[in-house]
Amino acid sequence: MDASLTSEARPQSAAPPTPSTPQKTQAFSAGTPTASTALESISIAIAGSGGSGVMSAGNWLLEAAARSGAYGLMVKTMGPQIRGGEAAALVRLASSQLESLDDSFDVLLAIDWQNVHRFADEIPVKPGGLLVCDVDGGEIPEVFTRSGARVLSLPLKKMAKASGSWINMLALGITGALAGLPVEALEQAVRTGWTRGEEALQTNFRALREGMAAAREHAPQARRIDPQQGKRWLVSGNEGAGYGAIRGGVRFVAAYPITPATEVLEWLAPALVEAGGSLLQAEDELASINMIIGSSFGGVPSLTATAGPGLSLMTEGLGLAVAAEVPIVVIDVMRGGPSTGIPAKSEQSDLSFAVGGLHGDAPRLVLAPSSISDCIETTQWAVELAETLQSPALVLSDQFMGQSRAIVDAPQLPEPKGKRLVAEANTPNYKRYGDTPSGVSPMAIPGTPGNTYTADGLEHSETGVPSSQAADHARQLDKRARKLMRHDYGNRWADIEGDGPLAVITFGSAAGPVREAARRAAAEGVDVRTIVLRLIAPLQPAAMAKALEGVQRVMVVEQNHEGQLLRYLRGVADLPGRPAGFHRPGPLPLRPADICTALREWAQAKEETK
Amino acid sequence: MNDMCHPPGLAAAEPFTPLHYKSATKPIWCPGCGDYTVLNAVTKALALVQRPPHEVAVVSGIGCSSRIPAYTSCYGFHGVHGRSLAAATGLKVARPDLTVLVASGDGDGYSIGGNHFLHACRRNVDLTYIVMDNHVYGMTKGQASPTTEPDWDSKLSPGGTGVRSFHPLVIALAAGANFVARAFAGDQNTTADIIAAGIRHPGFSFIEILSPCVTFRPEQKEWKNLTHPAPVGPTDDAARAAKRIMTDDGFNIGVLYAGHRAPYSGGPGAPTRSLQEMESAFAL
Amino acid sequence: MKSHSVQAPRTLAELMAQAYALEREAVERYGELADVLATHNNQEVAALFRRLASQEAMHATEILRTMGWTRAPQPPHLPDAPAAPGPEEAHYLMHPWHALRIALDAEQKAHDFFAALAQRCEADEMRLAAQRLQADEREHITLLQSWLQRVPEPPAGWDEDPDPPRYPH
Repeated sequence: MDASLTSEARPQSAAPPTPSTPQKTQAFSAGTPTASTALESISIAIAGSGGSGVMSAGNWLLEAAARSGAYGLMVKTMGPQIRGGEAAALVRLASSQLESLDDSFDVLLAIDWQNVHRFADEIPVKPGGLLVCDVDGGEIPEVFTRSGARVLSLPLKKMAKASGSWINMLALGITGALAGLPVEALEQAVRTGWTRGEEALQTNFRALREGMAAAREHAPQARRIDPQQGKRWLVSGNEGAGYGAIRGGVRFVAAYPITPATEVLEWLAPALVEAGGSLLQAEDELASINMIIGSSFGGVPSLTATAGPGLSLMTEGLGLAVAAEVPIVVIDVMRGGPSTGIPAKSEQSDLSFAVGGLHGDAPRLVLAPSSISDCIETTQWAVELAETLQSPALVLSDQFMGQSRAIVDAPQLPEPKGKRLVAEANTPNYKRYGDTPSGVSPMAIPGTPGNTYTADGLEHSETGVPSSQAADHARQLDKRARKLMRHDYGNRWADIEGDGPLAVITFGSAAGPVREAARRAAAEGVDVRTIVLRLIAPLQPAAMAKALEGVQRVMVVEQNHEGQLLRYLRGVADLPGRPAGFHRPGPLPLRPADICTALREWAQAKEETK
Repeated sequence: MNDMCHPPGLAAAEPFTPLHYKSATKPIWCPGCGDYTVLNAVTKALALVQRPPHEVAVVSGIGCSSRIPAYTSCYGFHGVHGRSLAAATGLKVARPDLTVLVASGDGDGYSIGGNHFLHACRRNVDLTYIVMDNHVYGMTKGQASPTTEPDWDSKLSPGGTGVRSFHPLVIALAAGANFVARAFAGDQNTTADIIAAGIRHPGFSFIEILSPCVTFRPEQKEWKNLTHPAPVGPTDDAARAAKRIMTDDGFNIGVLYAGHRAPYSGGPGAPTRSLQEMESAFAL
Repeated sequence: MKSHSVQAPRTLAELMAQAYALEREAVERYGELADVLATHNNQEVAALFRRLASQEAMHATEILRTMGWTRAPQPPHLPDAPAAPGPEEAHYLMHPWHALRIALDAEQKAHDFFAALAQRCEADEMRLAAQRLQADEREHITLLQSWLQRVPEPPAGWDEDPDPPRYPH
């Protein structure tokens, strides 16, 4: 396999895990043999209504897992109320890095059942799983009991009241024990950031241990995730994107809050100042995009973050950045669309808009991180590319990656290197938009003597003078297209793993369930090559052709209704055979089992047509 | 103002009560939110005015306050962030027979909606615009809004924005609003009276309602001790109103200005030319 | 802006119509409070407010019965009529004790209102009626106080939320 097709190196742990007790996940459907390469993981959901503290419990569980050497992922789901609403923390822990939720949950602990049934679609419980609830909590909703899971009823409220502790401490103890986490790790997680005094802490530690004891007494042998070596980070996609921006060199951000992107901006607000930059809260997204164009025109790498509705408002500004060749980065944390859509849920339905939604012929960079950890590196790369190519870059993150936290291997981040080609002072015959072979022309930064020019959204000559001449228009269109298309993006444009006549192409958070499905399929003898796109636009035909060498059929997997990536690829690439699409809209996450089933059926269909 | 008056010709009919204007949908606002009172005041005001619910439209943008249309039994339009006045303008100009209420929060109305606010006041279409002002972005969990104090600490603007807060009443007056009032969500009856007065007053009626956010600005509980009836009644002299509003303590409650500008009159009329007559201009 | 020439009800019917309106408003407001708390998953206090609502409904029905009305006439608009407690008094973590205190406060205001009206009424028949209403409210107050005895006072830190609206993460 030559270099361009090898997968991105992922740091491996020093020693492979050696479990002392078998800890395979259950087969997802009866009759399927347990795959030896199945991910060793446990999935726990903690649910309850406002005031019961399920999010804190989930966070502590994740942090305790981090301290004890495990990997993990936590997703939050909530009702529409600002406070007091029904909520669930969905936690998955494993012995290797996770990028996806499992198909179903081993444990659902409900502190109470208030409206938890509204999350039933998101918390499918395994038939051999465990429901833990309050013995005084009323009837368990049928939607959960019909899973066939066992029930463990404990007097949770009474226990908490008796000990004067928070009920979520019991929940933490119970789930922590079921996950095989040591009490020291759980206590340390709670202690960090505790502000209520030592006495309250000790009371709650007693409750924690009480919960653990109850779990051990009533529930079967807890699985244990073996501690892994190596440095790890605990980070959310939104935080990671913020850090990636700073690494890439961003020093000015204009911000307007919008779910689910606000955390990117809130993380950047103090961090930018620490890095020597600044953030400004704008009056709306029209202002934000124009502000960052202005600051970038002034020479400062600039960025904003938004979601679908905000991106729609920014389109005019994006076009201006294309035409005037001003580098900017816009992070789009995708959510359910169209229009106001489903603000707090994930979807990958802004792709068509990202690659095509500007008036005129307006090429631009579109990138997509493919995991929580990748949000850091891809955002950094987007800044570098924007600066190098003097172009707007869209980063398609999504709510799933943005607002979930994960324990990940400490990323090996490349040194920031993409820099703006800046015109030297007093360049003779300076042409801001000169038709260079690469398409990138030196940009004069205000304050530099001798090279003053006027940046313009109007079509222009090489010196920037507005022009309606055919020759100028053709020249500038070619230049702006060429600079993106000819750039050497190296290996990072896609992560290609595995081999086989069948290839799955995907992007963003869909990569996690796709990779997991591919592993399961391979164990069944269905070999699949996965191509996870990181650079979606431009798509270089030669690179894609190479990626598809030997591939007979392609399936495109994505989380939207129309099959937006499939449509795009059919337009810009030569796909072999008749490409298949696996596309489902949000709000539910894509499940590895469903993708694996689709792969299996697809492979069988291929067999039958031989 | 008058109490309930029966619609002409329907003296024997049942008057509409506030309950007639409420839908069965339960609000999800936090317990303690001022918007509950505003909802009650709106339904009470509509009962004072006695328009049938199906002849009233409530247009809103995005934010906690903007959820209000679904909680009424009127026709509702829950549009996009900041554009409620634009949508309402289109509706009212094309359908002058309807009573159109517009609802916003301080973020939706004064930040992203700022431009439309200026021009709605200028244009003076017969609308009643109520802004539930809680000096914060609540739905996105606690960022400063244009009416937030410059030194209010938040995650997005640590240490405060440092930017002077917006004064919507003065701006409305300067831009040409025909009716300018301030209300307080803690006093349901007064707020209802003010809204009813705004509906009855021709042209663009702007009512800023101080509506505390119990979740992100719990200190606004103090507002019930700070608000007080305006010391004088409304004036129709814009300059006098401007001086009063620019120098008041921000907690004067009541109608502050009620002017005599003619409302916008550019709506549709009866057709005066047939298509054939129009075609004749092209025919050779 | 507003002028109220009516300072006291002029007839018995007006007085009783006012009393009826107060009870009905209380039914609505307690119902609203119950809905708000149910939406925010505080079922215990939601149930309590529903109970209070049905109590007020009973009081309202009693007035109709006393007056032989099937429907009450419109009440006069009295400026100092107490407003029923609204949802802004609630807290999503509130305890039954808080709810009862809110109800108690409302009953006290109603009691004081009727006491003041009794002072202002000139006609004997009306003064007696106002005093009876005042006495009824006194009974309600006593009942609520007894309920209050039977619920525990909320512990310190009752409004601490382990998951505040702005999570650290």
